[in-house]
Amino acid sequence: MTPLREIAHARSGDKGSGANVGVIAYTPAGYELLRRLLTPAVVETYFKPMGVGVVRRYEMANLGALNFILPGVLGGASGRSLRIDAQGKALGQALLELELDVSADELKRCAGSGG
Amino acid sequence: MTKGILRIGNAQGFWGDRGDAPATLAAQQPDLDYLTLDYLAEVSMSILAAQKQRDPTAGFTRDFVESLRALALLWAQRRAGGHPLRVVTNAGGMNPRGCAEACAAVLRDAGCKGLRIGVVSGDDVLPILRERGGAFANLDNGRQLGRDLPLDALVTAHAYIGAAPIVEALAAGADLVVTGRVADPSLTVGPCVHHFGWSVEDFDRVAGATVAGHLIECGTQVTGGISTDWLNIPGTENLGYPVVEVSADGGCVVTKPASTGGRVDERTVKEQLVYEIGDPGAYLSPDATVSLLSIKLGGDGRDRVRVTGAKGSPPPPGYKVSATFRNGFRASGTLTIFGRDAVAKAKRCADVVRARLHSAGGEPEQWLDECLGANAAAPVGRQNHSEMMETVLRITVADRRREVVERFTRELMPLVTSGPQGITGYAEGRPRVHEVYGYWPCLIDRKLVTPRVECIEV
Repeated sequence: MTPLREIAHARSGDKGSGANVGVIAYTPAGYELLRRLLTPAVVETYFKPMGVGVVRRYEMANLGALNFILPGVLGGASGRSLRIDAQGKALGQALLELELDVSADELKRCAGSGG
Repeated sequence: MTKGILRIGNAQGFWGDRGDAPATLAAQQPDLDYLTLDYLAEVSMSILAAQKQRDPTAGFTRDFVESLRALALLWAQRRAGGHPLRVVTNAGGMNPRGCAEACAAVLRDAGCKGLRIGVVSGDDVLPILRERGGAFANLDNGRQLGRDLPLDALVTAHAYIGAAPIVEALAAGADLVVTGRVADPSLTVGPCVHHFGWSVEDFDRVAGATVAGHLIECGTQVTGGISTDWLNIPGTENLGYPVVEVSADGGCVVTKPASTGGRVDERTVKEQLVYEIGDPGAYLSPDATVSLLSIKLGGDGRDRVRVTGAKGSPPPPGYKVSATFRNGFRASGTLTIFGRDAVAKAKRCADVVRARLHSAGGEPEQWLDECLGANAAAPVGRQNHSEMMETVLRITVADRRREVVERFTRELMPLVTSGPQGITGYAEGRPRVHEVYGYWPCLIDRKLVTPRVECIEV
Protein backbone atom coordinates (compact mmCIF):
# COMPACT_ATOMS: atom_id res chain seq x y z
CA MET A 1 0.00 0.00 0.00
CA THR A 2 1.16 3.50 -0.84
CA PRO A 3 0.23 6.65 1.05
CA LEU A 4 -1.34 9.35 -1.09
CA ARG A 5 1.45 11.74 -0.10
CA GLU A 6 3.87 9.94 -2.41
CA ILE A 7 1.67 10.77 -5.37
CA ALA A 8 0.10 14.12 -4.52
CA HIS A 9 0.25 17.25 -2.43
CA ALA A 10 -2.78 19.01 -0.96
CA ARG A 11 -4.31 22.01 0.76
CA SER A 12 -7.49 22.32 2.80
CA GLY A 13 -9.60 25.01 4.42
CA ASP A 14 -13.13 25.76 5.53
CA LYS A 15 -15.89 26.31 3.04
CA GLY A 16 -19.20 27.32 4.57
CA SER A 17 -20.08 24.80 7.26
CA GLY A 18 -17.82 22.21 5.67
CA ALA A 19 -14.38 22.22 4.13
CA ASN A 20 -12.63 21.56 0.87
CA VAL A 21 -9.47 19.59 0.16
CA GLY A 22 -7.62 20.16 -3.08
CA VAL A 23 -5.44 17.18 -4.03
CA ILE A 24 -2.78 17.85 -6.65
CA ALA A 25 -0.98 15.03 -8.44
CA TYR A 26 2.77 15.33 -8.94
CA THR A 27 2.63 13.85 -12.45
CA PRO A 28 0.06 13.44 -15.27
CA ALA A 29 0.11 9.67 -14.70
CA GLY A 30 -0.56 10.36 -11.03
CA TYR A 31 -3.58 12.45 -11.93
CA GLU A 32 -5.06 9.60 -13.97
CA LEU A 33 -4.40 7.23 -11.09
CA LEU A 34 -6.13 9.55 -8.63
CA ARG A 35 -9.13 9.95 -10.91
CA ARG A 36 -9.47 6.18 -10.83
CA LEU A 37 -8.68 5.42 -7.17
CA LEU A 38 -9.51 8.55 -5.19
CA THR A 39 -13.26 8.42 -5.70
CA PRO A 40 -15.73 10.49 -3.70
CA ALA A 41 -16.81 7.25 -1.98
CA VAL A 42 -13.25 6.47 -0.85
CA VAL A 43 -12.80 9.97 0.55
CA GLU A 44 -16.21 9.88 2.21
CA THR A 45 -15.44 6.57 3.92
CA TYR A 46 -12.08 7.93 5.09
CA PHE A 47 -13.60 11.02 6.72
CA LYS A 48 -16.69 9.21 8.05
CA PRO A 49 -15.32 9.15 11.64
CA MET A 50 -15.47 12.95 11.53
CA GLY A 51 -19.12 12.98 10.52
CA VAL A 52 -18.74 14.04 6.89
CA GLY A 53 -21.83 14.14 4.68
CA VAL A 54 -22.03 13.33 0.97
CA VAL A 55 -18.65 14.12 -0.60
CA ARG A 56 -18.50 15.83 -3.99
CA ARG A 57 -15.50 15.67 -6.29
CA TYR A 58 -14.55 18.15 -9.01
CA GLU A 59 -11.90 17.37 -11.60
CA MET A 60 -9.36 20.00 -12.57
CA ALA A 61 -7.48 18.33 -15.42
CA ASN A 62 -5.65 21.56 -16.24
CA LEU A 63 -3.93 21.48 -12.84
CA GLY A 64 -3.82 17.71 -12.41
CA ALA A 65 -5.96 18.26 -9.35
CA LEU A 66 -9.13 17.01 -7.71
CA ASN A 67 -11.20 19.21 -5.44
CA PHE A 68 -13.23 17.49 -2.73
CA ILE A 69 -16.09 19.20 -0.92
CA LEU A 70 -16.59 17.75 2.56
CA PRO A 71 -19.88 18.96 4.07
CA GLY A 72 -20.27 18.74 7.82
CA VAL A 73 -16.70 17.56 8.38
CA LEU A 74 -15.88 20.30 10.88
CA GLY A 75 -18.52 19.14 13.36
CA GLY A 76 -21.10 21.45 14.86
CA ALA A 77 -23.51 21.70 11.96
CA SER A 78 -25.43 24.34 13.87
CA GLY A 79 -23.12 27.08 15.03
CA ARG A 80 -19.36 27.02 15.17
CA SER A 81 -17.25 23.94 15.57
CA LEU A 82 -15.72 23.28 18.97
CA ARG A 83 -12.88 21.30 17.43
CA ILE A 84 -9.20 22.22 17.68
CA ASP A 85 -9.26 22.37 13.87
CA ALA A 86 -12.44 24.38 13.39
CA GLN A 87 -11.11 25.67 10.05
CA GLY A 88 -10.27 22.34 8.41
CA LYS A 89 -6.60 23.22 8.01
CA ALA A 90 -5.47 19.72 8.99
CA LEU A 91 -7.66 17.79 6.56
CA GLY A 92 -5.18 17.96 3.68
CA GLN A 93 -2.45 16.44 5.83
CA ALA A 94 -4.90 13.79 7.03
CA LEU A 95 -5.96 12.81 3.52
CA LEU A 96 -2.35 12.52 2.35
CA GLU A 97 -1.99 9.57 4.77
CA LEU A 98 -4.71 7.63 2.95
CA GLU A 99 -3.28 4.37 1.63
CA LEU A 100 -3.86 3.38 -1.97
CA ASP A 101 -3.29 0.10 -3.74
CA VAL A 102 -0.65 1.07 -6.30
CA SER A 103 1.74 -1.30 -8.06
CA ALA A 104 5.47 -0.57 -7.88
CA ASP A 105 5.46 0.04 -11.61
CA GLU A 106 2.64 2.58 -11.39
CA LEU A 107 4.28 4.29 -8.44
CA LYS A 108 7.36 5.03 -10.54
CA ARG A 109 5.27 7.04 -12.97
CA CYS A 110 3.30 8.83 -10.27
CA ALA A 111 5.81 9.66 -7.53
CA GLY A 112 6.78 13.25 -6.79
CA SER A 113 10.37 14.37 -6.83
CA GLY A 114 10.07 15.09 -3.13
CA GLY A 115 10.38 18.85 -3.57
CA MET B 1 0.01 56.19 -21.06
CA THR B 2 -1.09 52.86 -19.69
CA LYS B 3 1.77 50.81 -18.44
CA GLY B 4 1.88 47.27 -19.80
CA ILE B 5 2.40 45.57 -16.46
CA LEU B 6 0.72 46.41 -13.17
CA ARG B 7 2.51 45.24 -10.03
CA ILE B 8 0.21 44.50 -7.12
CA GLY B 9 1.44 43.12 -3.82
CA ASN B 10 -0.33 41.76 -0.77
CA ALA B 11 1.26 42.26 2.63
CA GLN B 12 -1.57 41.22 4.92
CA GLY B 13 -3.40 37.94 4.56
CA PHE B 14 -5.52 38.21 7.69
CA TRP B 15 -6.00 40.26 10.83
CA GLY B 16 -3.04 39.07 12.87
CA ASP B 17 -0.52 38.86 10.05
CA ARG B 18 2.87 40.60 10.43
CA GLY B 19 2.44 44.28 11.17
CA ASP B 20 5.73 45.28 9.55
CA ALA B 21 4.93 43.44 6.31
CA PRO B 22 3.38 46.40 4.40
CA ALA B 23 6.40 48.66 4.88
CA THR B 24 8.80 45.78 4.33
CA LEU B 25 7.22 44.66 1.05
CA ALA B 26 7.03 48.26 -0.21
CA ALA B 27 10.76 48.69 0.54
CA GLN B 28 11.72 45.34 -1.01
CA GLN B 29 9.77 45.99 -4.22
CA PRO B 30 10.41 49.62 -5.25
CA ASP B 31 8.50 49.23 -8.54
CA LEU B 32 5.29 48.11 -6.80
CA ASP B 33 2.22 50.02 -8.03
CA TYR B 34 -0.36 48.82 -5.53
CA LEU B 35 -0.30 47.30 -2.09
CA THR B 36 -3.41 45.37 -1.02
CA LEU B 37 -4.03 44.50 2.62
CA ASP B 38 -6.76 42.06 3.65
CA TYR B 39 -7.85 42.11 7.28
CA LEU B 40 -11.36 40.69 7.32
CA ALA B 41 -12.26 37.07 7.94
CA GLU B 42 -15.86 35.92 8.18
CA VAL B 43 -16.43 36.76 11.83
CA SER B 44 -13.97 39.67 12.13
CA MET B 45 -16.88 42.07 11.77
CA SER B 46 -18.51 40.84 14.98
CA ILE B 47 -15.32 41.62 16.94
CA LEU B 48 -15.19 45.07 15.34
CA ALA B 49 -18.90 45.57 16.05
CA ALA B 50 -18.29 44.93 19.76
CA GLN B 51 -15.46 47.48 19.70
CA LYS B 52 -17.65 50.03 17.97
CA GLN B 53 -20.40 49.50 20.49
CA ARG B 54 -17.99 50.46 23.28
CA ASP B 55 -16.53 53.37 21.30
CA PRO B 56 -18.34 54.83 18.25
CA THR B 57 -15.03 56.06 16.78
CA ALA B 58 -13.64 52.48 16.76
CA GLY B 59 -14.73 49.45 14.73
CA PHE B 60 -11.85 49.22 12.27
CA THR B 61 -8.53 47.35 12.44
CA ARG B 62 -6.14 49.57 14.41
CA ASP B 63 -3.32 47.29 13.30
CA PHE B 64 -3.54 48.86 9.87
CA VAL B 65 -3.19 52.38 11.23
CA GLU B 66 -0.08 51.22 13.10
CA SER B 67 1.33 49.64 9.94
CA LEU B 68 0.64 52.88 8.10
CA ARG B 69 2.93 54.74 10.49
CA ALA B 70 5.84 52.61 9.29
CA LEU B 71 4.74 52.89 5.67
CA ALA B 72 4.26 56.67 5.64
CA LEU B 73 7.89 57.74 5.29
CA LEU B 74 8.50 55.39 2.42
CA TRP B 75 5.28 56.49 0.85
CA ALA B 76 6.34 60.12 0.87
CA GLN B 77 9.65 59.17 -0.75
CA ARG B 78 7.88 57.18 -3.46
CA ARG B 79 5.66 60.13 -4.32
CA ALA B 80 8.63 62.47 -4.44
CA GLY B 81 10.46 59.96 -6.64
CA GLY B 82 7.70 59.98 -9.24
CA HIS B 83 6.55 56.37 -8.74
CA PRO B 84 3.60 56.69 -6.41
CA LEU B 85 2.38 53.69 -4.49
CA ARG B 86 -1.30 53.22 -3.89
CA VAL B 87 -2.78 51.18 -1.08
CA VAL B 88 -6.13 49.37 -1.11
CA THR B 89 -7.39 47.77 2.10
CA ASN B 90 -10.54 46.50 3.77
CA ALA B 91 -9.20 47.63 7.16
CA GLY B 92 -12.22 49.93 7.49
CA GLY B 93 -14.27 47.04 8.81
CA MET B 94 -17.37 48.39 10.55
CA ASN B 95 -16.23 51.99 10.24
CA PRO B 96 -14.34 52.86 7.02
CA ARG B 97 -14.81 56.61 7.55
CA GLY B 98 -13.40 56.42 11.09
CA CYS B 99 -10.50 54.35 9.82
CA ALA B 100 -9.75 56.89 7.08
CA GLU B 101 -9.77 59.72 9.60
CA ALA B 102 -7.36 57.86 11.87
CA CYS B 103 -5.16 57.22 8.83
CA ALA B 104 -5.29 60.89 7.87
CA ALA B 105 -4.09 61.89 11.33
CA VAL B 106 -1.16 59.45 11.15
CA LEU B 107 -0.23 60.57 7.65
CA ARG B 108 -0.40 64.25 8.63
CA ASP B 109 1.95 63.58 11.55
CA ALA B 110 4.31 61.86 9.15
CA GLY B 111 4.37 64.82 6.77
CA CYS B 112 2.36 63.14 4.01
CA LYS B 113 0.16 66.17 3.31
CA GLY B 114 -1.63 66.20 -0.01
CA LEU B 115 -2.53 62.51 -0.04
CA ARG B 116 -6.13 61.65 -0.78
CA ILE B 117 -8.00 58.86 0.97
CA GLY B 118 -10.98 57.21 -0.71
CA VAL B 119 -13.59 55.75 1.60
CA VAL B 120 -15.83 52.95 0.33
CA SER B 121 -18.93 52.18 2.37
CA GLY B 122 -22.47 50.97 1.80
CA ASP B 123 -21.71 47.33 2.49
CA ASP B 124 -23.56 47.40 5.82
CA VAL B 125 -26.96 45.79 5.16
CA LEU B 126 -28.00 45.04 8.74
CA PRO B 127 -31.04 47.38 8.64
CA ILE B 128 -32.27 45.64 5.48
CA LEU B 129 -31.96 42.18 7.04
CA ARG B 130 -33.74 43.36 10.18
CA GLU B 131 -36.54 44.83 8.10
CA ARG B 132 -37.03 41.94 5.66
CA GLY B 133 -35.85 38.99 7.75
CA GLY B 134 -37.68 36.15 5.99
CA ALA B 135 -36.06 36.89 2.64
CA PHE B 136 -32.61 35.90 3.91
CA ALA B 137 -32.36 32.15 4.13
CA ASN B 138 -29.12 30.72 5.50
CA LEU B 139 -27.12 29.40 2.53
CA ASP B 140 -25.62 26.59 4.61
CA ASN B 141 -28.76 25.10 6.11
CA GLY B 142 -31.82 26.82 4.61
CA ARG B 143 -32.96 28.25 7.95
CA GLN B 144 -35.13 31.35 7.87
CA LEU B 145 -34.20 34.60 9.49
CA GLY B 146 -36.92 35.76 11.88
CA ARG B 147 -38.37 32.25 12.18
CA ASP B 148 -35.27 30.22 13.14
CA LEU B 149 -33.22 33.12 14.46
CA PRO B 150 -34.63 36.17 16.24
CA LEU B 151 -33.85 39.33 14.27
CA ASP B 152 -32.46 41.08 17.33
CA ALA B 153 -29.78 38.38 17.69
CA LEU B 154 -28.10 39.72 14.53
CA VAL B 155 -24.95 41.68 15.28
CA THR B 156 -23.59 42.48 11.81
CA ALA B 157 -24.57 41.97 8.19
CA HIS B 158 -22.30 43.02 5.35
CA ALA B 159 -22.56 42.48 1.62
CA TYR B 160 -19.43 41.43 -0.23
CA ILE B 161 -19.45 44.30 -2.69
CA GLY B 162 -17.19 44.26 -5.72
CA ALA B 163 -14.47 46.29 -7.36
CA ALA B 164 -16.63 49.08 -8.84
CA PRO B 165 -16.48 51.51 -5.89
CA ILE B 166 -12.72 50.91 -5.57
CA VAL B 167 -12.34 51.84 -9.23
CA GLU B 168 -14.40 54.96 -8.57
CA ALA B 169 -12.20 55.96 -5.63
CA LEU B 170 -9.02 55.43 -7.64
CA ALA B 171 -10.45 57.45 -10.52
CA ALA B 172 -11.09 60.23 -8.04
CA GLY B 173 -7.37 60.26 -7.32
CA ALA B 174 -7.28 58.30 -4.08
CA ASP B 175 -3.80 57.25 -2.95
CA LEU B 176 -5.28 55.09 -0.22
CA VAL B 177 -8.62 53.33 -0.52
CA VAL B 178 -10.21 52.17 2.73
CA THR B 179 -13.18 49.85 2.44
CA GLY B 180 -15.41 47.83 4.71
CA ARG B 181 -16.46 44.42 3.48
CA VAL B 182 -15.60 43.83 -0.15
CA ALA B 183 -14.85 40.50 -1.78
CA ASP B 184 -11.16 39.76 -1.13
CA PRO B 185 -10.12 39.47 -4.81
CA SER B 186 -11.85 42.79 -5.57
CA LEU B 187 -9.01 44.57 -3.74
CA THR B 188 -6.88 43.45 -6.72
CA VAL B 189 -9.54 43.69 -9.43
CA GLY B 190 -10.20 47.37 -8.64
CA PRO B 191 -6.66 48.56 -9.41
CA CYS B 192 -6.56 46.45 -12.62
CA VAL B 193 -9.84 47.80 -13.98
CA HIS B 194 -8.77 51.34 -13.13
CA HIS B 195 -5.28 51.03 -14.58
CA PHE B 196 -6.06 49.19 -17.79
CA GLY B 197 -9.38 50.88 -18.39
CA TRP B 198 -11.23 47.59 -18.82
CA SER B 199 -14.98 47.53 -19.01
CA VAL B 200 -16.37 45.85 -15.90
CA GLU B 201 -18.18 43.59 -18.36
CA ASP B 202 -14.94 42.41 -19.91
CA PHE B 203 -15.41 39.26 -17.91
CA ASP B 204 -12.39 37.27 -19.13
CA ARG B 205 -9.98 40.02 -18.10
CA VAL B 206 -11.85 40.63 -14.85
CA ALA B 207 -11.69 36.86 -14.23
CA GLY B 208 -7.92 36.95 -14.74
CA ALA B 209 -7.58 39.74 -12.19
CA THR B 210 -9.89 37.87 -9.82
CA VAL B 211 -7.60 34.85 -10.01
CA ALA B 212 -4.59 37.10 -9.36
CA GLY B 213 -6.42 38.50 -6.33
CA HIS B 214 -7.39 35.04 -5.10
CA LEU B 215 -3.75 33.94 -5.32
CA ILE B 216 -2.35 36.80 -3.23
CA GLU B 217 -5.20 37.50 -0.80
CA CYS B 218 -3.78 35.15 1.85
CA GLY B 219 -0.31 36.69 1.74
CA THR B 220 2.49 34.17 2.21
CA GLN B 221 0.23 31.17 1.57
CA VAL B 222 1.28 31.38 -2.10
CA THR B 223 5.00 31.89 -1.42
CA GLY B 224 5.61 28.77 0.65
CA GLY B 225 3.42 29.25 3.71
CA ILE B 226 1.32 26.19 4.64
CA SER B 227 2.85 24.26 1.74
CA THR B 228 2.78 20.48 1.86
CA ASP B 229 6.53 20.80 1.27
CA TRP B 230 6.99 23.44 4.00
CA LEU B 231 9.92 21.71 5.67
CA ASN B 232 11.93 22.11 2.46
CA ILE B 233 10.93 25.71 1.79
CA PRO B 234 14.00 27.94 2.18
CA GLY B 235 14.05 31.02 4.40
CA THR B 236 10.79 30.43 6.26
CA GLU B 237 11.85 33.02 8.87
CA ASN B 238 11.69 35.67 6.18
CA LEU B 239 8.96 34.53 3.78
CA GLY B 240 8.45 37.00 0.96
CA TYR B 241 4.96 38.44 0.53
CA PRO B 242 3.48 37.90 -2.92
CA VAL B 243 3.46 40.21 -5.92
CA VAL B 244 1.41 39.70 -9.08
CA GLU B 245 2.48 41.33 -12.33
CA VAL B 246 -0.83 41.70 -14.14
CA SER B 247 -0.90 42.13 -17.94
CA ALA B 248 -3.45 44.05 -19.96
CA ASP B 249 -5.07 40.76 -21.01
CA GLY B 250 -5.74 39.82 -17.37
CA GLY B 251 -3.04 37.16 -17.14
CA CYS B 252 -0.39 37.51 -14.46
CA VAL B 253 2.93 36.34 -13.15
CA VAL B 254 3.02 35.43 -9.46
CA THR B 255 6.31 36.24 -7.81
CA LYS B 256 7.92 37.68 -4.66
CA PRO B 257 10.70 40.16 -3.99
CA ALA B 258 14.26 38.98 -4.63
CA SER B 259 16.29 38.15 -1.53
CA THR B 260 13.27 37.05 0.46
CA GLY B 261 12.68 33.55 1.73
CA GLY B 262 10.03 31.20 0.48
CA ARG B 263 9.30 29.77 -2.93
CA VAL B 264 6.92 30.48 -5.79
CA ASP B 265 6.56 27.50 -8.10
CA GLU B 266 3.76 25.59 -9.77
CA ARG B 267 3.18 23.62 -6.58
CA THR B 268 2.71 26.62 -4.29
CA VAL B 269 0.51 28.32 -6.88
CA LYS B 270 -1.65 25.25 -7.46
CA GLU B 271 -2.16 24.78 -3.73
CA GLN B 272 -3.37 28.35 -3.33
CA LEU B 273 -5.55 28.10 -6.45
CA VAL B 274 -7.53 25.28 -4.84
CA TYR B 275 -7.62 26.93 -1.40
CA GLU B 276 -11.16 27.35 -0.07
CA ILE B 277 -12.83 26.91 -3.44
CA GLY B 278 -16.06 25.13 -4.29
CA ASP B 279 -16.95 24.31 -7.90
CA PRO B 280 -13.81 25.21 -9.87
CA GLY B 281 -15.97 25.77 -12.94
CA ALA B 282 -17.83 28.58 -11.18
CA TYR B 283 -15.75 30.47 -8.63
CA LEU B 284 -18.18 33.18 -7.54
CA SER B 285 -17.20 36.79 -6.95
CA PRO B 286 -19.22 39.99 -7.21
CA ASP B 287 -17.13 40.99 -10.24
CA ALA B 288 -17.40 37.82 -12.33
CA THR B 289 -18.14 34.12 -12.27
CA VAL B 290 -14.75 32.59 -12.93
CA SER B 291 -13.85 29.25 -14.43
CA LEU B 292 -10.56 27.96 -13.07
CA LEU B 293 -10.72 25.00 -15.45
CA SER B 294 -9.12 26.82 -18.38
CA ILE B 295 -6.20 28.23 -16.39
CA LYS B 296 -2.72 27.40 -17.61
CA LEU B 297 0.39 27.64 -15.49
CA GLY B 298 3.86 28.12 -16.89
CA GLY B 299 7.33 28.65 -15.50
CA ASP B 300 8.77 32.11 -16.04
CA GLY B 301 12.08 31.85 -14.23
CA ARG B 302 13.03 31.39 -10.61
CA ASP B 303 10.16 32.13 -8.22
CA ARG B 304 7.96 33.24 -11.12
CA VAL B 305 4.83 31.42 -12.33
CA ARG B 306 2.72 32.64 -15.23
CA VAL B 307 -1.05 32.21 -14.78
CA THR B 308 -3.22 32.69 -17.87
CA GLY B 309 -6.44 31.58 -19.48
CA ALA B 310 -9.10 32.32 -16.82
CA LYS B 311 -12.57 32.52 -18.30
CA GLY B 312 -15.22 34.82 -16.93
CA SER B 313 -18.96 35.23 -17.22
CA PRO B 314 -21.40 37.59 -15.48
CA PRO B 315 -21.42 37.46 -11.68
CA PRO B 316 -24.40 36.08 -9.75
CA PRO B 317 -27.37 38.46 -9.52
CA GLY B 318 -27.10 38.77 -5.76
CA TYR B 319 -24.31 39.81 -3.44
CA LYS B 320 -23.22 37.34 -0.83
CA VAL B 321 -23.87 38.60 2.69
CA SER B 322 -21.88 37.63 5.73
CA ALA B 323 -24.03 38.14 8.80
CA THR B 324 -23.16 37.29 12.38
CA PHE B 325 -25.35 36.72 15.39
CA ARG B 326 -24.96 36.32 19.13
CA ASN B 327 -24.77 32.63 19.82
CA GLY B 328 -24.04 32.21 23.51
CA PHE B 329 -20.75 31.60 25.25
CA ARG B 330 -17.86 29.22 25.14
CA ALA B 331 -14.66 28.34 26.93
CA SER B 332 -11.81 26.02 26.18
CA GLY B 333 -9.17 24.73 28.57
CA THR B 334 -6.22 22.38 28.41
CA LEU B 335 -4.24 20.20 30.80
CA THR B 336 -1.22 18.08 29.93
CA ILE B 337 -1.21 14.46 31.04
CA PHE B 338 2.16 12.75 31.09
CA GLY B 339 2.75 9.13 31.96
CA ARG B 340 1.71 5.59 31.16
CA ASP B 341 -1.83 5.24 29.72
CA ALA B 342 -1.86 9.01 29.12
CA VAL B 343 -4.85 8.94 26.78
CA ALA B 344 -6.93 6.72 29.06
CA LYS B 345 -6.16 9.02 31.97
CA ALA B 346 -7.07 12.10 29.94
CA LYS B 347 -10.39 10.54 28.95
CA ARG B 348 -11.08 9.76 32.62
CA CYS B 349 -10.28 13.39 33.52
CA ALA B 350 -12.84 14.56 30.97
CA ASP B 351 -15.41 12.19 32.47
CA VAL B 352 -14.69 13.62 35.92
CA VAL B 353 -15.30 17.20 34.81
CA ARG B 354 -18.45 16.22 33.01
CA ALA B 355 -19.83 14.27 35.96
CA ARG B 356 -19.14 17.15 38.31
CA LEU B 357 -20.92 19.59 36.01
CA HIS B 358 -23.81 17.18 35.81
CA SER B 359 -24.22 17.01 39.56
CA ALA B 360 -23.65 20.77 39.95
CA GLY B 361 -26.70 21.66 37.92
CA GLY B 362 -26.40 20.45 34.38
CA GLU B 363 -24.00 19.77 31.54
CA PRO B 364 -23.35 22.42 28.88
CA GLU B 365 -25.39 22.22 25.68
CA GLN B 366 -22.23 21.51 23.71
CA TRP B 367 -19.24 19.56 24.96
CA LEU B 368 -16.12 18.30 23.24
CA ASP B 369 -13.08 16.63 24.78
CA GLU B 370 -10.05 15.97 22.60
CA CYS B 371 -6.69 14.35 23.28
CA LEU B 372 -4.21 16.48 21.37
CA GLY B 373 -1.34 14.39 20.14
CA ALA B 374 -3.70 11.54 19.35
CA ASN B 375 -4.89 12.75 15.92
CA ALA B 376 -7.44 15.09 17.47
CA ALA B 377 -7.32 17.55 14.57
CA ALA B 378 -8.34 14.83 12.11
CA PRO B 379 -9.34 11.57 13.81
CA VAL B 380 -9.23 9.35 10.74
CA GLY B 381 -7.12 6.40 9.64
CA ARG B 382 -5.36 4.07 12.04
CA GLN B 383 -6.10 4.88 15.67
CA ASN B 384 -4.02 3.27 18.38
CA HIS B 385 -2.88 5.60 21.11
CA SER B 386 -2.42 3.15 23.97
CA GLU B 387 1.38 3.52 23.88
CA MET B 388 1.37 7.30 24.07
CA MET B 389 3.20 8.72 27.10
CA GLU B 390 1.78 12.21 26.77
CA THR B 391 -1.32 14.02 25.61
CA VAL B 392 -2.90 17.43 25.99
CA LEU B 393 -6.50 17.16 27.13
CA ARG B 394 -8.54 19.97 25.61
CA ILE B 395 -12.11 20.44 26.75
CA THR B 396 -14.35 22.94 25.00
CA VAL B 397 -17.90 23.76 26.02
CA ALA B 398 -20.57 26.09 24.69
CA ASP B 399 -23.93 27.13 26.04
CA ARG B 400 -26.44 29.94 25.72
CA ARG B 401 -26.08 30.51 29.47
CA ARG B 402 -22.90 32.25 30.56
CA GLU B 403 -23.11 30.78 34.07
CA VAL B 404 -22.96 27.22 32.77
CA VAL B 405 -19.79 27.97 30.86
CA GLU B 406 -18.34 29.74 33.88
CA ARG B 407 -19.02 26.72 36.05
CA PHE B 408 -16.96 24.63 33.62
CA THR B 409 -14.01 27.01 33.92
CA ARG B 410 -14.00 26.40 37.68
CA GLU B 411 -14.26 22.61 37.42
CA LEU B 412 -11.20 22.00 35.24
CA MET B 413 -8.29 23.10 37.42
CA PRO B 414 -9.13 21.06 40.54
CA LEU B 415 -7.82 18.09 38.49
CA VAL B 416 -4.32 19.41 39.16
CA THR B 417 -4.53 17.87 42.63
CA SER B 418 -7.32 15.30 42.15
CA GLY B 419 -6.33 13.94 38.74
CA PRO B 420 -3.71 11.40 37.67
CA GLN B 421 -0.07 11.59 38.61
CA GLY B 422 1.80 13.50 35.91
CA ILE B 423 -0.97 16.02 35.22
CA THR B 424 0.62 19.38 34.52
CA GLY B 425 0.60 22.37 32.22
CA TYR B 426 -1.83 24.55 34.15
CA ALA B 427 0.18 27.76 34.31
CA GLU B 428 -2.37 29.68 32.26
CA GLY B 429 -4.95 29.26 35.02
CA ARG B 430 -8.68 29.02 34.46
CA PRO B 431 -9.98 29.21 30.91
CA ARG B 432 -11.70 32.44 29.92
CA VAL B 433 -15.31 32.72 28.86
CA HIS B 434 -15.79 34.15 25.36
CA GLU B 435 -18.87 35.39 23.59
CA VAL B 436 -19.64 33.30 20.53
CA TYR B 437 -20.81 34.70 17.22
CA GLY B 438 -22.60 32.47 14.78
CA TYR B 439 -22.24 32.92 11.04
CA TRP B 440 -25.24 33.43 8.80
CA PRO B 441 -24.36 33.52 5.10
CA CYS B 442 -27.13 34.62 2.75
CA LEU B 443 -27.75 36.47 -0.51
CA ILE B 444 -29.11 39.95 -1.16
CA ASP B 445 -30.46 41.53 -4.33
CA ARG B 446 -27.89 43.95 -5.75
CA LYS B 447 -30.54 46.60 -6.19
CA LEU B 448 -30.89 46.87 -2.41
CA VAL B 449 -27.21 47.70 -1.91
CA THR B 450 -25.70 51.08 -2.77
CA PRO B 451 -21.91 51.30 -2.47
CA ARG B 452 -20.77 54.83 -1.63
CA VAL B 453 -17.46 56.57 -2.27
CA GLU B 454 -16.21 59.72 -0.57
CA CYS B 455 -12.76 61.26 -0.38
CA ILE B 456 -10.95 62.99 2.44
CA GLU B 457 -7.76 64.99 2.05
CA VAL B 458 -4.78 64.53 4.30
